[in-house]
Amino acid sequence: MVEDEGIRRYVAHFILWIGIAIVAFPVYIAIVASTQDNALIANGQMSLLPGGHFFETYYQTIFVGTSGSTREPVGNMMLNSLVMALLIAVGKIAISIISAYAIVYFRFPLRMPIFWIIFITLMLPVEVRIYPTYKIVADLHMLDSYAGLALPLIASATATLLFRQFFMTVPDELLEASRIDGAGPLRFFWDTLLPLSRTNMAALFVILFILGWNQYLWPLLITTRDDMQTIQVGIRKMITTTDALTEWPIVMATAVLAMLPPVFVVVVMQKLFVRGLVETEK
Amino acid sequence: MANVTLRNVRKTYPGGFEAIKGVDVDVGDGQFCVLVGPSGCGKSTLLRMVAGLETVTGGEIDIGGRIVNQIEPADRDIAMVFQNYALYPHMSVYNNMAYGLRNRGMAEAEIKTRVEEAARVLELSSMLERKPRQLSGGQRQRVAMGRAIVRQPKVFLFDEPLSNLDAKLRIAMRVEIRKLQRRLNTTSIYVTHDQLEAMTLADILVVMNGGQVEQIGNPLAIYEKPATTFVASFIGAPPMNLMSTRPEEIRSQLAGSNAADAGILGIRPEDFVITDQTPDGGVALPLTVEAIERVGAETFVYGSREQEEQRVAATPGELPPGEIIVRIPGTEAPAIGAKIRVAAVRQKLHLFSGDGRTRLEA
Repeated sequence: MVEDEGIRRYVAHFILWIGIAIVAFPVYIAIVASTQDNALIANGQMSLLPGGHFFETYYQTIFVGTSGSTREPVGNMMLNSLVMALLIAVGKIAISIISAYAIVYFRFPLRMPIFWIIFITLMLPVEVRIYPTYKIVADLHMLDSYAGLALPLIASATATLLFRQFFMTVPDELLEASRIDGAGPLRFFWDTLLPLSRTNMAALFVILFILGWNQYLWPLLITTRDDMQTIQVGIRKMITTTDALTEWPIVMATAVLAMLPPVFVVVVMQKLFVRGLVETEK
Repeated sequence: MANVTLRNVRKTYPGGFEAIKGVDVDVGDGQFCVLVGPSGCGKSTLLRMVAGLETVTGGEIDIGGRIVNQIEPADRDIAMVFQNYALYPHMSVYNNMAYGLRNRGMAEAEIKTRVEEAARVLELSSMLERKPRQLSGGQRQRVAMGRAIVRQPKVFLFDEPLSNLDAKLRIAMRVEIRKLQRRLNTTSIYVTHDQLEAMTLADILVVMNGGQVEQIGNPLAIYEKPATTFVASFIGAPPMNLMSTRPEEIRSQLAGSNAADAGILGIRPEDFVITDQTPDGGVALPLTVEAIERVGAETFVYGSREQEEQRVAATPGELPPGEIIVRIPGTEAPAIGAKIRVAAVRQKLHLFSGDGRTRLEA
């Protein structure tokens, strides 16, 4: 029986390792490819061991960009992506926590219809309403701007819903105690509700940051100037070259760089993130 | 320091449900008033109306000579202790107590003095930096009390503050609340469904049922002279034995001018003695012993009478008709199945009208 357990454990670990290998191998390839000479990669003779062009490639990627026509330093693309992702994450959290507060704690006419309208927008993601959204943003002269990149993606039914569910678990007595303690609606929101929502906000921030960072379709439409390009769009543009060799080391380096901020956010906020998902203590 | 006066207070919810059907209560300065009743009787609603957490749809609430119907809870000069304590989970014990004072713009030095004084009284001094989740139930309870004390309000409101504690702690905290209230001499209104808490804490006891006041008065006076059969069976444990006076067996034993009008006879379990004699003017009943409960200092004898429908169920969940509880001291008890005879003297008989709404003097 004990031996049986041992074997089972090895089998389980073996399967897990296979899983890890499947997930990690492409990442490894990307890292290795980014350190090799482009000619070798294009020939299909790429080694599975790291090459010697690490600093050279990454320097060129970050500060210079490819030698093609849409030449743009990836450092700049990353800045654009970062600004957009942060605006989307922070904006979404700010807007949805306020709207959830209104819906849960205030009784106003048409409260439930308004909630349902917000809820229904879940069925209208950017892809579905892309033409009218583009028209509005264009009419507001927000093409090729951070506002244009972030604003249409800020309104979020999901986050509103999440905060609403959280607020509904906060005991009513807490609000009543606040009222007796002389805290008005704003004070209650600021002094009690916001601190209690901290872990939820962190969890949401992680999800929304990655969501914003990975946006592709919307930035592709809304930005025409190279210096407003986001990294996801940039990678795609680097690959499609009409009359030159794709500079694979730079593409791969860009891909690796594109992975870093989400990884960083997850690692840094993991503790808060997990607590936000499992916390029961109110 | 203030009186609290409720004048014909009513609460009707938008759906038309009448939770409070006209309540008049007058709590004197420094008195401890306990609202007691079964769940759903409106006692918590009434307290929350005094606190300002529920709107008043009729009548007046007067705190210290000021009608507070339209005044915000924070401006009523009250402090409330909640059943689940409602401490701010993210704030330290100190900040929990200081929060209300800060919102009033009190100087930090004065806040510090008050909080430390309250912490000393409640033995929380070593825990001021802790968060509520690091405290035991009893300690959280004391923080909630501290939050009320530091405000130095005119009125304390307690909404079943002890029901989340275990039995032993509940008794200890009950005594502490009473001592604290005596020392601070602050008018208090306390809601509970526990009649023992109600009896031990109250200067004035308000027994409520179905959104109305059944009886108001000194707890012992209520115990000795319950105004209705509801009060008779709610106050006192085990409850008063209630029986119809219709059977000839009982009717023939009842004397006095009111006996003819009485529909219900009540006798408390402790007023029975097991005896073969019938006291002059008293009532004696033959019983068959069904069950015995020995709790040490006293023993409860559950007996049944031969006839059916002698006992009137005052509230649902009462003993089945015909069952009589007798409380006798010590552990000596008749055997199960034995035929015994119990009697009560005339002074200990409670007579009520047939609907149980009016007390008649025996």
